[in-house]
Amino acid sequence: MMSETLLEMNKITKRFPGVYALQSVDFELRAGEVHALLGENGAGKSTLMKVLGGIHTPDEGKIHINGNEVSILDVKDAQQHGISIIHQEIVLVPYLSIAENIYLGREILNKAGLIDLDKMVENSQEFLRDFKLEIDARTHIKKLTVAQQQMIEIIKAVSFESKIIVMDEPTSSLTDREVDFLFKTIENLKKKGVGIVYISHRMNELFEISDMITVMRDGSYIGTVKTKEATNDQLISMMVGRELTNYYDRSYSSSTDDAVMEVINLSKKGILHDINFKLRKGEILGFSGLVGAGRSELMKCLFGIDTFERGEVSVNGVKIVIKNPSHAIKNNIAYVPENRKEEGLFLSKPVNYNITIKILHQFIKFFRVDNYYEDNEVRNYIEELSIRTPSPYQVVRNLSGGNQQKVLISRWLATKPKILILDEPTRGVDVGAKAEIYSIMNRLSKEGVSIIMISSELPEIMNMSDRVAVMYKGKIQKILDRESYSQEKIMYYATGGI
Amino acid sequence: MTEPTFNYENKKDNILIKTGNAISTYVKDNMGILIGLIVLCIVISIINPDFLSSNNLLNVLRQTSTNMYLAIAMTMVIILGGIDLSVGSIIAVTGVVTTMLIALAGLPVFVAVLAGLLVGMLFGAFNGYVVATTIIPPFIVTLATMNIARGVAYVISDGKPVRVMSDSFNYIGSGYIGGVFPTPVLYMIIIIVLAYLIMNKTKLGRYMYAVGGNSEAAKFSGIDIKKIKLFAYTFSGLMAGIAGIVLSSRMFSGQPTSGDMAELDAIAAVVLGGTSMTGGSGRIGGTVIGALIIGVLSNGLNLMGVSSFWQYVVKGVVILVAVYADVIKKKRDGVSMGV
Repeated sequence: MMSETLLEMNKITKRFPGVYALQSVDFELRAGEVHALLGENGAGKSTLMKVLGGIHTPDEGKIHINGNEVSILDVKDAQQHGISIIHQEIVLVPYLSIAENIYLGREILNKAGLIDLDKMVENSQEFLRDFKLEIDARTHIKKLTVAQQQMIEIIKAVSFESKIIVMDEPTSSLTDREVDFLFKTIENLKKKGVGIVYISHRMNELFEISDMITVMRDGSYIGTVKTKEATNDQLISMMVGRELTNYYDRSYSSSTDDAVMEVINLSKKGILHDINFKLRKGEILGFSGLVGAGRSELMKCLFGIDTFERGEVSVNGVKIVIKNPSHAIKNNIAYVPENRKEEGLFLSKPVNYNITIKILHQFIKFFRVDNYYEDNEVRNYIEELSIRTPSPYQVVRNLSGGNQQKVLISRWLATKPKILILDEPTRGVDVGAKAEIYSIMNRLSKEGVSIIMISSELPEIMNMSDRVAVMYKGKIQKILDRESYSQEKIMYYATGGI
Repeated sequence: MTEPTFNYENKKDNILIKTGNAISTYVKDNMGILIGLIVLCIVISIINPDFLSSNNLLNVLRQTSTNMYLAIAMTMVIILGGIDLSVGSIIAVTGVVTTMLIALAGLPVFVAVLAGLLVGMLFGAFNGYVVATTIIPPFIVTLATMNIARGVAYVISDGKPVRVMSDSFNYIGSGYIGGVFPTPVLYMIIIIVLAYLIMNKTKLGRYMYAVGGNSEAAKFSGIDIKKIKLFAYTFSGLMAGIAGIVLSSRMFSGQPTSGDMAELDAIAAVVLGGTSMTGGSGRIGGTVIGALIIGVLSNGLNLMGVSSFWQYVVKGVVILVAVYADVIKKKRDGVSMGV
């Protein structure tokens, strides 16, 4: 199938104060094609798409649409040229209805120049029906689940009858079933001749849905390959610019039989039911399950953020009380939460502040913090975890996702935990940093730290865990040993099989 | 092979096309404070039956009206994610300017009033311009304007009230239409209707929710955020101007001290009305009830002979309790206050 070129971006350059965000990048999209854009965080994918969407204007370079040179100065220009973008973060207005969000910025007006809400609702309801969503178009966005909101974003993009749709990490909050549905939608759009730019970190998705893959690194264009001819390893080395050998290097034998932590019949009404498990010294215990299975809720109970009603927790054979996080910290438990931006980091504070916040008391001399010792400790972690930051005084917001995660892990390592709970440790983290986080986990487990890892990525669960606890609707359905687990088995228990 | 569908898993959440007319939704949305208002009226009328006389009720509306103008505009500003602390001072400066133009410059009342309104709008537009084009937080910007406007009012009046003897000027704030209906109440009704239309039926109003709810979304939808902010603060300045003219008309003089702490009463009415201080959500209808609660409360306390010193204490407690009850209710209904 040969088709016409929809979009051509030539030698696009964008400078931000002091740095090249994009350096002479080329990109081409054909009608009816899904073209994946691949690269580590900070490689410039989103910036390139923001140039296309009129959020940034390029310093140099040309954009052709259907062979004509165009200038895209703002969002309205982009929309007029038939471009819509589904951004990585959901950008809907919480207290407006679905209909109002779909038509935001291009409301339907009646003869008097007032908003014709009925007409907007009627049209939106039709879109929703097309997408098999049985929701009233008058419902406020706030009341929808994240996955539903994501679908509304997609509907919004489609409703523009755009010729070019950019999807930036559209599946990051969707379940497998919803991803299936999204892919069907994409197939339909392809048939209509829409060109789709697809950005995702999930390799298996790219192989499933895309026709072409363009790789970017450090703001530069690296190369374009046909998906059919590409291999995983090839793409990864294009992305990171070096061969990544043994991406997962979990050594299997490090777990021993001493239980460091034991949880007996832990229950929380309506959320957790009779949770029982033992955590061994130096092991990595994976927690798998669908979204909403109660994994994060369980960990929040173990860390004292939430309370539970029944059951007991013992550490090293001694029953302990966990009513708040400081109890947990006293028992050498550390918890690195899932949403590092909301629940973990002080984004506007520097790296050193973020790392030492939990152990400040160690540096207090009389009434002040001794900066010399604090600095030493911080530099240790920056080196040990290879956190890429210009200095310990850099504001955390300016670091990449992977490095932010490492800062957060450092904070908890500084408390010298014996039990480390990691909730989705590599979400939104690029491949290079992922490998580094895995090696940190391996090192810790060799040192005897027991790790609980919640992850929704099956390959990660399969390759890093010594055992896997599979949760379903607030229960531990099954705990599988490394020898006995497979992808199919985990999915079987995660969907309620016994 | 069936197509995968994408439904609510929980059927009870599956609210398909809710029915009901505007009035019943209004009552439902504002149930809590509406009950509060009614209970308050009942209690006061039991203690003092005079409360329910039509004279007194019109009186309550008239006393509420200036706060209502401010609160309506404040609702817009807060929905937008901002705040306007300068309205009290703008009241003073417009009052002084208008009365000086009449009493000292001898301008016709009509011209002076227009000039006064223009002054209010200019202060508001200044707020809006600075908020929209700089990263200075609205709290600070309007705090500065609060001081500047108050200062200007003192400087030009030399700190003394400016007396005006003009029947037509007096009529603006103290007149009765048809001999019974107070003029400020008429303005109040017009402003409420106008604001309701803006917020619910025009792009402008919808965009205020968008900017306050998720400014990224607004930006990505091609909305001119600066223009929206400029409008809301200018409107707020205009409302303060109207309040300033009505008050000086009622007092036969422009006073540099008038409108002191008026911004706080306006914010209280907005918050009582269920608007979230973090922006993005709120209703004009709620604010109307909020302002009425504050008005009824002071009227009732006056009727009961409670000293004005104690009235402050009571008002503070009522605000705290009412907002707390509202937060609890929203939490129970699963609507977060928006973080």
